[in-house]
Amino acid sequence: MMRRTLAIALLAALPALGAHHAQAQPVQVGAIEILSGPNAAYGVAIKGGLELALDEINAKGILGGRKIQLTVEDSAANKDQAINAARKLIGRDKVVAIIGPTLSNEMFAVGPVTNERKIPTLGTSTTASGITDIGPYIFRTSLPESDVIPVTLKAAQARGVKTIALMYANDDAFSKSGFDVMKAAAEKAGLNILTIESFGSKDTDFSAQLTKIKSLKPDAVGVSALVEPVSGVLLQARSLGFGKETLFIGGNGSNSPKLGEIAGPAADGLIVGSPWFIGKKADNNEAFVASYKAKYSKDPDQFAAQAYDAMKIMAAAIDRAGAPDSEKVRDELAKTDFSGVMGPFKFTAGRDPATTAGVVVLIMKGGKFTILE
Amino acid sequence: MLAQQLVNGVLLGATYALFALGFTLMFGVLRVINLTYGFYFSAGAFLSLYLTRQLGLGIWAALPLAAIGAGAIAVGIDWLLLTRLRRRATAELDSLMVTLGGVLALYSGMTAWLGPDIRRLPPGLVSADAFVVAGLRITTAQLLILGATILLVGLLLALMRGTRLGLAIRALAEKPDAAGLMGINTARASALVSFISGCLGGAGGVLIGLNFNAIHPYMGETMMLRGFVVIIVGGMGDIRGALIAGVALGVIEVLTAGYISSGLKEAVAFAILVAVLWTRPQGLFGRAVARRA
Repeated sequence: MMRRTLAIALLAALPALGAHHAQAQPVQVGAIEILSGPNAAYGVAIKGGLELALDEINAKGILGGRKIQLTVEDSAANKDQAINAARKLIGRDKVVAIIGPTLSNEMFAVGPVTNERKIPTLGTSTTASGITDIGPYIFRTSLPESDVIPVTLKAAQARGVKTIALMYANDDAFSKSGFDVMKAAAEKAGLNILTIESFGSKDTDFSAQLTKIKSLKPDAVGVSALVEPVSGVLLQARSLGFGKETLFIGGNGSNSPKLGEIAGPAADGLIVGSPWFIGKKADNNEAFVASYKAKYSKDPDQFAAQAYDAMKIMAAAIDRAGAPDSEKVRDELAKTDFSGVMGPFKFTAGRDPATTAGVVVLIMKGGKFTILE
Repeated sequence: MLAQQLVNGVLLGATYALFALGFTLMFGVLRVINLTYGFYFSAGAFLSLYLTRQLGLGIWAALPLAAIGAGAIAVGIDWLLLTRLRRRATAELDSLMVTLGGVLALYSGMTAWLGPDIRRLPPGLVSADAFVVAGLRITTAQLLILGATILLVGLLLALMRGTRLGLAIRALAEKPDAAGLMGINTARASALVSFISGCLGGAGGVLIGLNFNAIHPYMGETMMLRGFVVIIVGGMGDIRGALIAGVALGVIEVLTAGYISSGLKEAVAFAILVAVLWTRPQGLFGRAVARRA
């Protein structure tokens, strides 16, 4: 009884204390990322990008000199652990907003929880469709593949492509959804789809499909598969006599340096769209790459770049909100008008990225990707 | 297009036949269901990767060395896993279980050690350019596979039919007990068959790895499914049958993908397997050559 009275007395005194220390208290922001297990590379890159942005933000301060205290929780790519992390961040750390989680299926688990608690949640690497339909507090800065592919196809059309053959791995969800996007985008762009060929993601022989495609003489061949089968397709296509007259177009799976390692010169000429590229010529991007290298002694990847921008978008929204108030931060987040290393950025009314202006189309040259001029 | 598709089919079929040669020998002669065969295929490919990348050897040195290495591994694994089982009455079912467990342990051990990444032999090992004859395109690696398959089939048949060793192996396949009573060292003959099978598997791994540029620990496992179709359709232990069935399977797969639907390519292969098991479980070409010849 005594203890409870004491607690109430203390609580009554708190607002006064709080007002007194408001200037000094950091603003709590949480992040949920994969920091352990086989997918840790993604989360570690994201954490690196977030913390690099945080250094710059805290050097200046927000809300008139306050700092952001970022608490990064490990989800280990486990949905339950991700939900527990969200509850811990909201309940114990009293975060004003959450960045993450890393994977789309983690977001489908965590999103309903944070949305119900009215905590703005910003995904930086969640590309599946339906993410932001979870609720009005769920945002994302990552471009879904359905936004990237049309940009790639536009670049192909600029090179005179009118007919296309599509190939995809039919036993892998990622490749199949990429193919669905590619087919829809090709139809919308008015390309004439000559044939659709499938293969198994573990197949090594594509000669029958490629011979058929070659006989139809398409201007381009679009391939949606993971990087290993794409490499196999390209190697075999070259030995079957596909030359420079056929433009190979890759989906998200082809956006990997491994393509050049496995396929070598056979991959030359393939184009692929990417939300970000390390060699993108923009002042802020060059500065970002340099300071990331200085801090972590390695090159940043797409995930680090996306996280770097997301942290700045979040900090700016909190600053504009005028107070660490989740409701106001949500409203300000929706009004974001930002220009970062990924390019200019705004949200749609549905809280997805509104512009694809930052998408770069890359071309394979000498086993390495460079920007398509 | 049909001519090129037929060429594609024969070349793909040659890879199936090359893979199946050692498999059918192991099955037909040793009469144990040995699922570790796919591992010798992977092991041969990885040995050639080491020999060419680390030691800088050319293909003509790396190919026989990798094959012999895979053969030695086969003898070791065979001895380790199956020696105890040979004395039992139900050897066939037991060996299925033991070698299934064994090969999964080997694949995952290999993955843990070397990583799951797909690798390739050094690009300049054989010329990547294709020969063009009357508009048909064939690469050096494909010619190597075709040549090696024909050569090995000839050598194996000569070994089985024309040498005392072949006679001993055929006796072993027919009646192991009687062969032992006739003074054949059955343990040594079994080990030799394991060695030859391992060499064939390893050589297949090198050449097929060279052709498809996709060397990874589980490459043997994916080939095993096709290998089963080939040795069952061709007849277990039937060397000539493996060649015919392998090439036929390749041609049928390619024609299905080229003219019907690429999605049905695999379904056709396994539909043939089921149909053959229903109608001619001994294989399309009768009894095993290894036992009959």
